[in-house]
Amino acid sequence: MSVPTAPAPSPGSVRSGASAAVLRSEARLFRREPAVLFWIIAFPSLLLTILGLVPSFREADEALGGRRGIDLYVPVAVVLSVLVAGAQTMPGVLTGYRERGILRRLSTTPASPKSLLAAQIVLHGAAILLSVLLALTIGRLAFGVALPEQPAGYVLAIVLTVLAGLALGAAVSALSRTTKIAQTVGTIAFFPMMFTAGVYAPVQVMPELLRDIVGLTPFGAASQALGQAAAGDWPSWSHLGVTGLWAVLLVGAAVRWFRWE
Amino acid sequence: MAVIEVRGLRKAYGGRAVVDGVDFAVEEGEIFGILGPNGAGKTTTVECVEGLRVPDSGTVRVAGLDPVADHDRVTRLLGAQLQESELQAKLTVQDALELYSAFYRQPTDWRRLALRLGLTDSLGTRFGRLSGGQKQRLFIALALVGDPRVVVLDELTTGLDPRSRRDTWQLIEEVRDSGVTVLLVTHFMEEAHRLCDRIAVIDKGRVVALDTPAGVIGRAASSTVISFTPSSPLDERELAELPGVASVVTSVVASGQEGADRRLVVNGTDETVTAVLSLLARHRITAGRLRVVDATLDEAFLDLTAQEA
Repeated sequence: MSVPTAPAPSPGSVRSGASAAVLRSEARLFRREPAVLFWIIAFPSLLLTILGLVPSFREADEALGGRRGIDLYVPVAVVLSVLVAGAQTMPGVLTGYRERGILRRLSTTPASPKSLLAAQIVLHGAAILLSVLLALTIGRLAFGVALPEQPAGYVLAIVLTVLAGLALGAAVSALSRTTKIAQTVGTIAFFPMMFTAGVYAPVQVMPELLRDIVGLTPFGAASQALGQAAAGDWPSWSHLGVTGLWAVLLVGAAVRWFRWE
Repeated sequence: MAVIEVRGLRKAYGGRAVVDGVDFAVEEGEIFGILGPNGAGKTTTVECVEGLRVPDSGTVRVAGLDPVADHDRVTRLLGAQLQESELQAKLTVQDALELYSAFYRQPTDWRRLALRLGLTDSLGTRFGRLSGGQKQRLFIALALVGDPRVVVLDELTTGLDPRSRRDTWQLIEEVRDSGVTVLLVTHFMEEAHRLCDRIAVIDKGRVVALDTPAGVIGRAASSTVISFTPSSPLDERELAELPGVASVVTSVVASGQEGADRRLVVNGTDETVTAVLSLLARHRITAGRLRVVDATLDEAFLDLTAQEA
């Protein structure tokens, strides 16, 4: 009996098929985490909406160069979603996958445990982008915040910010032995980073010395770069450089110290 | 043909040798058991076979491939059930089976596996809500879903109730009958005796016995247990000096009419049986309720693993 057989797929195509299956499966699991979705996607826009409902935030302010509080808070909301993903949700998930033997179990199959980490990083990145679009849309439609007047600079700043945030998440999980430690370290990093990002008070109204210090932190610099691009200026290379350098350092730390078990 | 070959395997953690020169070969189509006390190096040994650990020295081959250097190819023909691992808490049984099927070129039908392992009713249940036994059965299914040539099962039936344990044993026999080679780590003697064609007893990182279950029992110092109630007192020391005797124990058993009854239990070999009988004849002692039985794998195991202690 002769049955025509299809050529055997190459190992490479099987492996990419396995990675795609892992990504699909992780995407399904991601959708089953309403709390994670809320904090990354909805919370920054919710905060923006609440602030926008305060009348004084909708009035032009001399101290802000004639701009309104709400105008400055759209970039802050963008950075906030990156921070929630990088400092709060990603470290726990990645460390948990290691701690609970999920990565080990996967390394006995043709799928690579790397594909599982990559899937989580991609999904967190996608959730951040949704959050960014939501914040820009609400800012524009509900409070008349102009869309970024320097779109290319804005996109570049967002890309660097997201990279720094995801790298932060990877680095925290690499350096934390257990899920509990990862979550604690993430939370400890989260609050000062919210401050530097301008969540409590926009960076633009901080005293000059403080602003300079904050400008050396990854998300303080990111917030200022986004603010500049939103206002129509090309973001300053020193801010972009600071955020980019942090991203490189954090990726390096994650790669250097990550353990598979 | 040996499908798994382990030669001179050594692995140390922090200067302590966990596996210290292990050799064995598993033939195609057999169920090969690894037995040993906790911490004997069983799991480390099979983790080297699975390619999860890199040996300090020695060679490991699965179907002629190095599980570390040829990891990718080995994963395609070896299915593993690990002693301690979990899945994502919100992954359902069906999600997991579909996901793992997608990793292999020619997976087996996961629905049939689920049916065979009694998982059909829990296909929609999330991993975090499964009972210990259901998790265990799911992991067995995941080890088999890629239609492997070799399957490595570490503590196969831990956490299963007696009925599922027996069902699982039957499944493993069916798997073996379909031509799959099974490497089984266990500490249940009954499981090893029932399932394994051959077993390696590992103690302190070394193989102390490698044979069929019956052969391992025969190899132990006390493969025969002789018990009787002497009609008059007998010196225990005299018994202990007989050839092949491993131990002599006196147990006091209450018997109905005559009050306490001293019962002697002698562990030894076939040779011991004849020696005990002639000793009794010399002393004109009759042996009441004389029983001569083969030691179980349990006793052989205790004997083999106690020798070096």
